[in-house]
Amino acid sequence: MDLSFSPEYETFRQEVANILSANAHLAPTSDDKGMKNPKRLAWQKLLIEKGLAARTIPTEYGGYGAEPDILKSRIIAEEFARSGVPRAMSNQGISMLVPTLLELGTPEQKAAYIRPTLHGEMIWCQGYSEPGAGSDLAALRTAAVEEGDDYIINGSKIWTSTAKQADMIFCLVRTDPAAKKHHGISYILFSMETPGIEVRPLVDMTGTANFNEVFFTDVRVPKSGIVFEANKGWQVANATLTHERGMLGDPNATKARLIELVELMKGETMNGERLIDNPLLRDRLLKLQGEVYAMQANGLRITTHSLKKESAGLAGLVVKLMGCELNHEIARLAIDALGELGIMYEEGEHLRAGGSWQARYMYDLGLIIGGGTAQIQKNIIAERGLGLPREPKPAKA
Amino acid sequence: MEFALSEDQRMLQDSLNGFLKDAAPLDTIRKIATGDGAASASLASGLDELGLAGLHVPEHRGGLGLGLLDACLVQEALGYAIAPSRFLATTVTAHAMRNAGEDFLSGVATGDIRMGLALTELSSRRDGAGITMIKDKLTGTSLLADSADGSTHLLVADSTGALNLVATPNASPMQTIDRTRVFSEVRFDGEAAEMTLAADDEVLAAARLLVAADTLGAAQAMLDKAVAYAAERQQFGRVIGSFQAVKHMCAEMAARLEPSRALIWHAAHALDTGEPEGLVMATLAKSHLAEAGTFIARTSTEVHGGMGFTDLVGLHYWFKRIGVNRQLFGSPEQCRHDAARLQGWLETA
Repeated sequence: MDLSFSPEYETFRQEVANILSANAHLAPTSDDKGMKNPKRLAWQKLLIEKGLAARTIPTEYGGYGAEPDILKSRIIAEEFARSGVPRAMSNQGISMLVPTLLELGTPEQKAAYIRPTLHGEMIWCQGYSEPGAGSDLAALRTAAVEEGDDYIINGSKIWTSTAKQADMIFCLVRTDPAAKKHHGISYILFSMETPGIEVRPLVDMTGTANFNEVFFTDVRVPKSGIVFEANKGWQVANATLTHERGMLGDPNATKARLIELVELMKGETMNGERLIDNPLLRDRLLKLQGEVYAMQANGLRITTHSLKKESAGLAGLVVKLMGCELNHEIARLAIDALGELGIMYEEGEHLRAGGSWQARYMYDLGLIIGGGTAQIQKNIIAERGLGLPREPKPAKA
Repeated sequence: MEFALSEDQRMLQDSLNGFLKDAAPLDTIRKIATGDGAASASLASGLDELGLAGLHVPEHRGGLGLGLLDACLVQEALGYAIAPSRFLATTVTAHAMRNAGEDFLSGVATGDIRMGLALTELSSRRDGAGITMIKDKLTGTSLLADSADGSTHLLVADSTGALNLVATPNASPMQTIDRTRVFSEVRFDGEAAEMTLAADDEVLAAARLLVAADTLGAAQAMLDKAVAYAAERQQFGRVIGSFQAVKHMCAEMAARLEPSRALIWHAAHALDTGEPEGLVMATLAKSHLAEAGTFIARTSTEVHGGMGFTDLVGLHYWFKRIGVNRQLFGSPEQCRHDAARLQGWLETA
């Protein structure tokens, strides 16, 4: 057990801190709206040049080209958090499509897509879930029928974030309706400009359209958009789904929220008493603090397993379930602590923290459901982590 | 950066688990719980031979000089086997004396001095109890003293929070729901302290952390038993572990327990290395494991169905171990209150 960093890493930490403080004035602010705002693009380019974004992506594809080093990635994340300097861009193209293309893309696909995606010049959306294919994703029915060098796509997708802004989509489609459900799926890339695509915003309980529905009517796309091989899309998608679940439930983000909650409860008073002086609310706060400590320590354990290229086993499998639930509970306590003023939302003189706790309470419930529901997570923990048998398939009538 | 157990630590776990599997099977625990003195003595001497008494005693006092993290691994193994042991009292004493100039611990390491803990003053002073120190002499009553039975010395907290080493006076057993361990009421009537140590938050924190590690072990045992039972028991023509209602109970237990293990490691490491957050972490580890442990004790029993409720499978010994641990050295609510105090969050008025 050694939680210190060697001198090499401490030097690296100092270098990162220096780069961030020297360049902080160039970072975009919330006034710089739009995903392709010039200031945002310039900031992303700068971070890549300095090795603080796209760090391990080869230079030929527009990355920084460093050797993978989990500790350095961790130090970079910590220094961004400590300094409060805006982070590099994070979107589904960068976090999910780029790793997929690096592993399985054709040379042409890598050359065409990775660089502009990393630099924020090309925005992607993910076409996975469908109205009839949520937890049972492999039941998806959006059909792609061959016609010469093209596919003709018909069907619809749901829960598609950034579909309005996206230039391109990475999409799962059924190319062989006769095959077993996991074997007839292909992973295909195409332009969102293609005729026949309609995007409808999907307003959720937060009052915002965080997601969209996407409808395809006779959308003609070239076969060259297939990643890896036709009908092998399930394997291609699985490589990155694991990655998505890893992103949900990051303990450092949870700790930051807890610190915000502590500050809220110290700063706000009710009947002349600080919220934190209410013993019932304080007890709940300390309970959550214990859980945050546990998830943080669990995160350190997972990092160590990754460094040794080992599976983290149960410690890894529980993160999405426990992390998302904990975030939701932190927001719930913030609202309860604020009491009657906790119900304010979006605007008004007496709104606290910009209404963010209500927004998080609702959005976090979405995250408990999305990215593999809590119930699916429990199946995974029980089956892969504890070795319990799968639910038997119902007998055919 | 490495957040993992060392090779030596894993060997320590393996050897102790192996020993306890043979030396403390459920049949032996049942004998101990029904007052079979020979069974208790045989297990105690077997544990002594492993040299556990000196584990946290510094090397220059004849001990192994290992840290609280190693001690937590030992306590976890003891909890897994629900084995009674003087190890917690011995280790907390060694921790209390970590900076003392006088020698006392070499006798602890050899086993000539056998320690018990009378620390109720630090967590809850009750009606009809309490210890005061007047002119170097102790007066009053301490409740639920740990390992006082058969001890030569007690580490006794007085009303000022100071810690006194005293030859054990008469101790009478207090019957708790957990019959595998003996807790005692100890009366002091002017006994002189051989040594007095200043109040020290780390002593209570270390005791709480070790109890949390004990609960981790006991809860892991209950989870393992539930999973094994769910994978074997058949109803409606299939194993009950294939029903999501049962499977999800097992998943929930694992999801709460696995991060708790990392918390114990982190808190122990923080105390071992003098990290300022160590006190808060150890205190919250106690309350966190109390909650996770209680959940698992109840859920594992339910997974076992009616059998879980019987004496036949003996699951209730683990259930009671966890239940007693929940209150020892402070309930979860009290630990959380203390953690707030340690962080300066209590109102200043």
